[in-house]
Amino acid sequence: MIASQKSSHTKASHGSGAGAPILRAHKLGKKFSGFAAVEGVDLGVAEGSIHALVGPNGAGKTTCFNLLSKFLEPSAGDIFFRERNITRMRPADVARLGMVRSFQISATFPQMTLLENVRVVLQRAAGLAHQFWMPARALTRLDQEALRFLDMVGLSGQAGQLASSLPYGHKRALELATTLAMDPQLLLLDEPTQGLGHEDVEQVTELIRRVAQGRTVLMVEHNMSVISKICDRVTVMQRGQVLAEGSYDEVSRNPEVITAYMGDAEEGIHA
Amino acid sequence: MSWRSKAQLSTMWLILLLAVAAPWLGMYPVLGMRIMSFALFACAFNLMAGYTGLISFGHAALFGGAGYVTGLALTSWGWPTPAGIMFGVFVALVIGLAMGVLAVRRYGIYFSMVTLALAQIVYFYCLQADFTGGEDGLQGIPRGTLFGLSLQSDRVMYYVMLVVFVASWWFIRRIVRSPFGQILQAVRENEPRAISLGYRVNRYKLGMFLLSAGFAGLAGAMKAVIMGFETLTDVHWSTSGMVILLTLVGGLGTDLGPILGAVIITVLEEKMGAIGHFLEHITGVHWFASLNDNVSMINGAIFVLCVLLFRRGIVGTFNARWGGARAASG
Ligand SMILES: Nc1ncnc2c1ncn2[C@@H]1O[C@H](COP(=O)(O)OP(=O)(O)O)[C@@H](O)[C@H]1O
Ligand SMILES: [Mg+2]
Repeated sequence: MIASQKSSHTKASHGSGAGAPILRAHKLGKKFSGFAAVEGVDLGVAEGSIHALVGPNGAGKTTCFNLLSKFLEPSAGDIFFRERNITRMRPADVARLGMVRSFQISATFPQMTLLENVRVVLQRAAGLAHQFWMPARALTRLDQEALRFLDMVGLSGQAGQLASSLPYGHKRALELATTLAMDPQLLLLDEPTQGLGHEDVEQVTELIRRVAQGRTVLMVEHNMSVISKICDRVTVMQRGQVLAEGSYDEVSRNPEVITAYMGDAEEGIHA
Repeated sequence: MSWRSKAQLSTMWLILLLAVAAPWLGMYPVLGMRIMSFALFACAFNLMAGYTGLISFGHAALFGGAGYVTGLALTSWGWPTPAGIMFGVFVALVIGLAMGVLAVRRYGIYFSMVTLALAQIVYFYCLQADFTGGEDGLQGIPRGTLFGLSLQSDRVMYYVMLVVFVASWWFIRRIVRSPFGQILQAVRENEPRAISLGYRVNRYKLGMFLLSAGFAGLAGAMKAVIMGFETLTDVHWSTSGMVILLTLVGGLGTDLGPILGAVIITVLEEKMGAIGHFLEHITGVHWFASLNDNVSMINGAIFVLCVLLFRRGIVGTFNARWGGARAASG
């Protein structure tokens, strides 16, 4: 059943014209005081696809994400979002274009309620972010919409709780709800299933599949079963460079990739 | 309404009632006004420090700078009192803009250092400039009138200051809870996440710095009008240190903490002589009589005691212990 869903998703994404990629990196590089964490990376993410970025620890995946989302200044190369050069843009402005990232560890606003966490996003769209003279109740008109996003991830029942009180899996779900409230076209998810128990992994995977409808997802993922289930394309990185790219089946049969993973025994391929 | 907000509301009304009645209960109005100007200054400082986590070490430049220019406008230019005060606030905003633009992109100790460095420039300017009177200070600032009401009497001035203080405090409290305040809370709790949600966080921090500067300027301008003079002490870095101390003792990021801090420190400074004599009298230790000369040492001791006993300041600790989940905000 899962396999059939995957193929239908794949068909939908590739059928809708695999034209210009929504996100493209050209010869992207980043040096940290001489050490090249990312070097000469070419990457194209097709619109509507779920694209995985894999590789052993320290391969440069998170650095890549930081470069693409402009949290780090690249030392070399260019980044294009819908063929627009965003290499020199500020991170907040990249987010406003519709490319929203998550973080390797869960990123919520811990001392704010779940409702407030989502509402923070809606405030910007509603133009209710700089009014220092308005009372708190001016925000209640965004509550309904915020609840709707919480409902999508099954958290509307806990809307009034502080985010810090949630178990880890729910924090990741809250993060997704917050990201969705941005109505992004492209989601960059850094290890969304990391640190989750078996059941939570399934749920978050299912959630990603659902939110990917009509959107593009680029995700760093270690869990190969997650990748095989939902990803259309996989890029393998090693020591800051792209080692291979293709479908999951192609990549997992690539001898170079197998060697790379064998070399990093703890990591392994969790199939 | 929860038990907590009820308790908080009653505390506020009680404080207000006490403040209204104080001059009739034998409190020296000038002391009350000094407390209120320092409390307002601390509330302004707290707006930045408590809600962005950035500790300014240069707020004296805003407080004292506004005091000087208000004094200048009232003495040399003969401006009406409200105009002079507004001019003080305006100049504090200008200094705040210069400081904020350079400082808000830094974090932690670097933020503090940039604000301190800029405040030192203001200090040395005030030391050199003619209008400030250098070491002698700017003397003889007239209180003037407010809407035809003479401010000469200490009691009248006291109630004017009380109105200014309560209105400012109410507005500051509202800022913290406003839509803008929500964004700042988000930035404080997880700045990278706020950026990834499309917020240009430095603009929000700068906005908060300006609001803080404006209220610090208002406090300084009011103090100059109340006391009738302005001296280098108010632009000195030790005043920046004092406002940090007041706020931390009372409780950083709380509504009432800065007020409590200002009351404790100001009253102690004022009454140290009497307290010293009292302690000498009951213990027979002569050293206590010299307490008055060691005010900064006593302040230091209070600070150490507070850090050890009340890590979040007095109000912050009280809220954390008895306040329920959202302790930090009360
Ligand atoms: N800010 C930094 N300064 C110096 N080195 C860094 C920094 N960030 C990452 N690195 C280094 O770059 C390499 C790639 O790290 P990272 O992108 O986090 O890998 P991954 O996410 O694939 O595990 C690592 O060797 C790491 O130590
Ligand atoms: Mg990583």
